Amino acid sequence: MNAIILTAVWGVLMMLAGAFVKSKSTPKYLAIAGAVLALVVNCMEMNTGMPLLNIEDKNMLATNSMNLTFINIALGCTLLYFLLNGRDIEKVGEHVSEYFALIFFVLCGIGLIATFNTLLILFIGIEIVSIPLYILTGSDKRNLKSNEAALKYFLMGSFSTGIMLLGIAFLYGGSETGSFYIANIISGSAPMPPMIAIGLVLLLISMAFKVSAAPFHFWTPDVYDGSPTVFTSFMATVVKAAAFFAFVRLFENAFGSLQAQWQKLIVVLIVATLLIGNLTAVFQQSVKRMLAYSSIAQAGFMLFAVFALNGLAKEGLVLYAAAYSLASIGLFAILTRMNDYTIDGFNGLGQHQPVLALTATVFLLSLTGIPLTAGFMSKFYMLQAAIHTGKQMWLVIFAVLCAAISAYYYFRVIQAMYFKDSNADSVPVETSSVSTAFKVLLIVTAVLIIAIGLFPSLITDWLYF
Amino acid sequence: MDPKNIWITFPELLAWFPLVAGLVAFMIRDERKVRAWAIGASLITLGISVASLLFADNTKHFALNTVSYYWLKYIGSNLTIGLDGMGHMLTALTALAFPLIFIAGGKNSFKNASAYYGLMLLTQCGLMGVFMAMDALIFYFFWELAVIPAYFLCSRWGGERRIQATFKFFVYTFTGSLLMLTGILYVYQHTFGTQFSEHSFAMNAFYNASVDVKDQNWLFWLFFVAFAIKMPVFPFHTWQPDTYEQAPASTTMVLSGVMVKMGIFAVIRWLVPIFPLAAIRFDNIVIGLSVVGMIYASLIAIRQDDIKRFIAYSSIAHIGLMCAAIFTRSHIGMQGVMLQMFSHGLNIIGMWIVADLVEKQTGTRKISELGGIAHKAPALTIFLVIIALANIALPLTNAFVGEFMMFGGLFKFSMIYTAVAGTSIILAAVYTLNMVQKVFYGDTNAVTATMQDIGLSQKFVLAVLVIFIFMLGVFPQPLIDLTKETVTAVLLRFK
Repeated sequence: MNAIILTAVWGVLMMLAGAFVKSKSTPKYLAIAGAVLALVVNCMEMNTGMPLLNIEDKNMLATNSMNLTFINIALGCTLLYFLLNGRDIEKVGEHVSEYFALIFFVLCGIGLIATFNTLLILFIGIEIVSIPLYILTGSDKRNLKSNEAALKYFLMGSFSTGIMLLGIAFLYGGSETGSFYIANIISGSAPMPPMIAIGLVLLLISMAFKVSAAPFHFWTPDVYDGSPTVFTSFMATVVKAAAFFAFVRLFENAFGSLQAQWQKLIVVLIVATLLIGNLTAVFQQSVKRMLAYSSIAQAGFMLFAVFALNGLAKEGLVLYAAAYSLASIGLFAILTRMNDYTIDGFNGLGQHQPVLALTATVFLLSLTGIPLTAGFMSKFYMLQAAIHTGKQMWLVIFAVLCAAISAYYYFRVIQAMYFKDSNADSVPVETSSVSTAFKVLLIVTAVLIIAIGLFPSLITDWLYF
Repeated sequence: MDPKNIWITFPELLAWFPLVAGLVAFMIRDERKVRAWAIGASLITLGISVASLLFADNTKHFALNTVSYYWLKYIGSNLTIGLDGMGHMLTALTALAFPLIFIAGGKNSFKNASAYYGLMLLTQCGLMGVFMAMDALIFYFFWELAVIPAYFLCSRWGGERRIQATFKFFVYTFTGSLLMLTGILYVYQHTFGTQFSEHSFAMNAFYNASVDVKDQNWLFWLFFVAFAIKMPVFPFHTWQPDTYEQAPASTTMVLSGVMVKMGIFAVIRWLVPIFPLAAIRFDNIVIGLSVVGMIYASLIAIRQDDIKRFIAYSSIAHIGLMCAAIFTRSHIGMQGVMLQMFSHGLNIIGMWIVADLVEKQTGTRKISELGGIAHKAPALTIFLVIIALANIALPLTNAFVGEFMMFGGLFKFSMIYTAVAGTSIILAAVYTLNMVQKVFYGDTNAVTATMQDIGLSQKFVLAVLVIFIFMLGVFPQPLIDLTKETVTAVLLRFK
């Protein structure tokens, strides 16, 4: 709750600051301070259980250690994102402090969808996350692609929100007690009444849209590709992980007792997402687009958490959120400095910028799921959770085969960086755009990934202690 | 020895010393210095390994040979590494191979040498870890980690088509190991727990897991595919000739001399004992595949014109026999596999060293373009002939003992397989002698006219190999004593 309040207030402050502050770099520092503060107050709440303000929330928000841990991860990743990409956000356009303010509003929404106890909060949270993102997508105002992406995102996004609202209405009408509380929607594990079933499927569709699970993924590549790379980075990592968290939270608490009846739908989603994400990523020439498809592919793995819904799956989801966000934020940060976004643009990076190439390798290995990296541990937990259910072993085998395909496109970048030479007349990265602080931060991120890969308890222990 | 007085054990030294040495190597910029460092470090590792052989008796020195730290306590995975007979033998092979490879590499110059030697030492760390892991998850970790540096080595310093060839190698092994990971996780769900966790990844827990026959039948293949790709067994071998051809010579030596043993080792440690029922049920299929692979590879080897591809195919033939012998479930066959793992590792490194020397001097690997090297380089030729004879498994050479025992085991299992597999010995003689004749004897030609004999360091390395070839050919008993217990323990799983 602390984080929700603070990020909302800070967003407003940042907006006002835009009117008063002349210097272009001040908003960045303000934003970093805000992210740090939000982290601190959230940790305070985790440790003491006491909110800053005593607000009667009528039990509409659930602040347990799991939810707070996730908010911590989201805030931590955002902080890292600000530190790595602050300068690139300044370059997007004139309204620097507004961009930061919008990101803070997104964070506020993430706080809501991570802790919702009623469908209304979920709906409000999703909207608070989505609307600022529509604006950020179109923030490169004079770029046609950015405009197209924003329009596409807005149309598709509002359509899916409509579906979600319809689903919520069905659930409200179908529940015996007439309640929005997710715990009260279903009583017992009797066969689903048709109204509930319709509501469930509608909610499933809208959530699948938000996490870009196939076959509801069509907006993802265009939107990720069209929007300014810095904001793609934020959308593809923190926001996506949060949407997943909400997905799992909703299906566990609202429909958990009927899992046997809807699990097959999730299986279909997983198969489609893994297959489409991985196969399409193979054919991409632009690294940015490749990462968009890879985010779909990774979503397939995260869906295992919805499939399994056990303790391991929750640990896995939190780990996955951290591992995937860290690696992708790092990669996107490097990508924003590249002169050329195609895979060939990475040629010879190993020689020109050894630090960038090395850390990028760690990030890519983590996304592939090679041991010693956080990516391996998160995949490991997910697979373990799925196998623990004792059902659909073929699905797990299918997933690992898809992971093997993913090695193909991730390693193409590694090959370009180390085993190919760059063109004589151009460099992959301007030396001036890579500061020492940037390199240090990348190294810190890489070390974090390896640390989590060695000791996943660094993250999972938060859930219990 | 009192366990309390032990502050460091052999497994720790063997695993972490190459790791630290490799990381240090990355920091050394000067090529000559880093090479000296790599040779020095690998010699120290060899020293540690020799020392560990003196304390190999696990009934007396168990505390020196096993160590365990808490790692993922609540999942039931601990960093347990330990040495048994087979582990001792294979770590010794790894420790012996690297200094020989470094010294034989001699004057080869590498661009970015610090990265090259660093990655080589990291590979060594990964290999050591695989051979010592006593925990399924740790095993998986090292299994993957041994491949990553090898991948970079091959892709960075290899031949023209290196990127595609090595990538094929990587995708093959990665797919295999992911399938194995699924299998590991499934078995894990059926293990008994520890005091902290519901289930356990410990090796003993895996051995005692309650996996019923139906599950064993498909789990067996998940593991087997991973190991078969690594060995490689027909029909999973297609990555191998390309990779061996394109990888830099020294990495090929590591791949074929040591890394291939990972597959055989893993079958003996992680496949057969966990799924004994499936191993009995599918023995005919596996042995059949192996035997087909032997004949197939031998026939192709006869037709090869490229020395490197020739050695690659001859290696597939030899590995096939080892894989078949494991599944005969006979004491003599299994013991033969143990001997042959060590012998094959040394022999094939010898073959590669010779092939590399020939290529470096003449600039070609085509058998048809070479000839008459014996006139120009008598010392090289003598060494080669001995190694080649060991490759055919002639009596007095180390390979003879191993192959003889393996055929003994196969004979007990089935006459037909033995007869078919036996023809591969004849084929081996055909292709090996054919190669020796065409490359080393006959008249010199324009390509080989400028050939010079080998230098002192190469002579030294080849002499060491030849000494081992004869020593183990005449007196293999120490190796048999070392690995006897492992063999007995594995065979007990079938009772």
